[in-house]
Amino acid sequence: MIQEVVSVGLPVDERMKIIKNHIVPSGEITENTKRICIVTGTHGDELEGQYVCYELNRRINEQKDHLKGFVDIYPALNPLGIDSITRGIPMFDLDMNRVFPGTESGATTEYVAAQVLNDMKGADMVIDIHASNIFLRETPQVRINELHEDWLVPFAKQINVDFVWVHSSATVLESTLAYSLNSTGTPCLVVEMGVGMRITKEYGTQLVDGIFHLMKEMGIWDGDAPEVREPIISTDGSVSFVNAADSGIFVPCVQHWQKVKRGEPIGAIVAPATGEILHRAVSAVDGVVFTLREYPVVYSGSLLARILGEKTEQQEEEP
Amino acid sequence: MIKEILFELPSPYREPMQIHGYRFGRGDKSVCIVGSMRGNEIQQLYICSQLVHMLQQFEKRGMLVKGNEILILPSVNHFSMNIGKRFWAMDNSDVNRMYPGYSEGETTQRIAAGVFDRVQGYRYGIQFPSFYMPGDFIPHVRMMDTGFQSSSLANLFGLPYVLIRKPRPYDTGTLNYNWQIWDTNAFSVYTKETDRIDEDSAHMAIVSVLRFLSRMGIIKYNCHSGFIASIIQDEELQSIQCPCAGIFQRLKKPGDSVSFGEEMANILHPLEGNVIGHIYSPSDGIVFFAHSSPLINEHTTAFRIIRRLHG
Repeated sequence: MIQEVVSVGLPVDERMKIIKNHIVPSGEITENTKRICIVTGTHGDELEGQYVCYELNRRINEQKDHLKGFVDIYPALNPLGIDSITRGIPMFDLDMNRVFPGTESGATTEYVAAQVLNDMKGADMVIDIHASNIFLRETPQVRINELHEDWLVPFAKQINVDFVWVHSSATVLESTLAYSLNSTGTPCLVVEMGVGMRITKEYGTQLVDGIFHLMKEMGIWDGDAPEVREPIISTDGSVSFVNAADSGIFVPCVQHWQKVKRGEPIGAIVAPATGEILHRAVSAVDGVVFTLREYPVVYSGSLLARILGEKTEQQEEEP
Repeated sequence: MIKEILFELPSPYREPMQIHGYRFGRGDKSVCIVGSMRGNEIQQLYICSQLVHMLQQFEKRGMLVKGNEILILPSVNHFSMNIGKRFWAMDNSDVNRMYPGYSEGETTQRIAAGVFDRVQGYRYGIQFPSFYMPGDFIPHVRMMDTGFQSSSLANLFGLPYVLIRKPRPYDTGTLNYNWQIWDTNAFSVYTKETDRIDEDSAHMAIVSVLRFLSRMGIIKYNCHSGFIASIIQDEELQSIQCPCAGIFQRLKKPGDSVSFGEEMANILHPLEGNVIGHIYSPSDGIVFFAHSSPLINEHTTAFRIIRRLHG
């Protein structure tokens, strides 16, 4: 059932509405019936989650009898952004994921954020799906603030991502939806995958498989659920960044999720006008490329790649 | 005056972006002034350019007090200004959310690091920022409540109000916040406009900075002594949300006194022209902020008033 979470009047003959599909299980509902929320579209240029929402709905609709808990699907937290190819909130040029927890009596964006947060609070799990941006392609991964590592990593292992990045706590991230939920006791996993303005069907399918697996573990789904891959668990210390040392056009020479050795080239920054190679970017570690520049135009400092170093918790535990 | 390039960033097809600094006098690092950090901050650019112009005249007339160095950066992000964008031309990130910056990081982190490296270590830091919502303020000095701020110093600008605001998580990346953390007394001077030039409030801001520099013994400049500021906390301001969306017909402007129940604005139906909503003052006070766009969303903050203060 499509429900309105919050709406705000726009100046001329229109309301901005944030909706959710509230899917109710067909069997008995008790106070112990669990609820999972799938959220996406916080940034208007991140569309990978659109396919996840569609595919999740489709599979549930096909086997509704197996649903034993509530599923709330929020496909567009920034509907104006999605419909106008704008990353932030149009008119305000604000990042929707920097206004949480919001306030009931605040300005438009803060009011909307507060209503969204209230609607999700108390859920047994929230999965917040992002898609990098138009510049970078990301391997399916879960990002967890180190403050919530022990609590959330066991959940993250269930949703079929390739790796889990436990990152350090940054003050600025306290304005995100995930931080606001996690700090008030509602578990929220942030998924990053794919690239902005595109849908990578393979990644979407991979994540939907994982969501069904997690729902089965939580008792929300009793139908078949695919087996999931074991993710690599990584911390900041294992991640190496490769930034552009010059401005120009980046031409990669590795594939996404490809293994590289220390000193091996990642790609080159070239000058089309002269045919020069301005900079050869190389890996500083042995590892695997989990983030790769997708958009070719770069300025000095632009992120070209992130490489997951080989020293990982999973490998350390191997005999 | 010495004009120098403080930071340079190459571009694939545009000329390199050069951030210029104008240095006046020699000696202690007394004051650093930063103007436009976003591409639509035209008023801020104008104010800073006028300060550069005036200080050049002062220097020729021997009005700079010896032993002080003044550095002015009129524009940090004209790369965006030249193509009509507010944030960074490439990835839309905000330079004023990247401080103290990271010289090995992403582009705007590098710009912030390059700027911060040069604007650090001054006794006083003055910035002319803008607000994300379209609206007008009473000209005021704003400081963040970091525990290092000095409202008595802010009073020396002679503007009518000093606003103290508790920093939110996203404020920790601003220049003002980081200046304070690194021992510079930081002040943000807000004027009326952003993407247009308002001569009156620009003049007020310029004179307030010159007044402050004079009182700090950095320049010799005689001017009207200005106001003894009212110090207000951000949470003391009362926000008034718009009850419905439509065409915003403002009846009160910043600085106006309002009484409890007094009409402050009408909202008109955008297609049929009739009045569909009113905004009334919830208390006696003075209008501190007023929405300025002719259109307004529901729940938008239309006004902020200083409660129980009479004009």
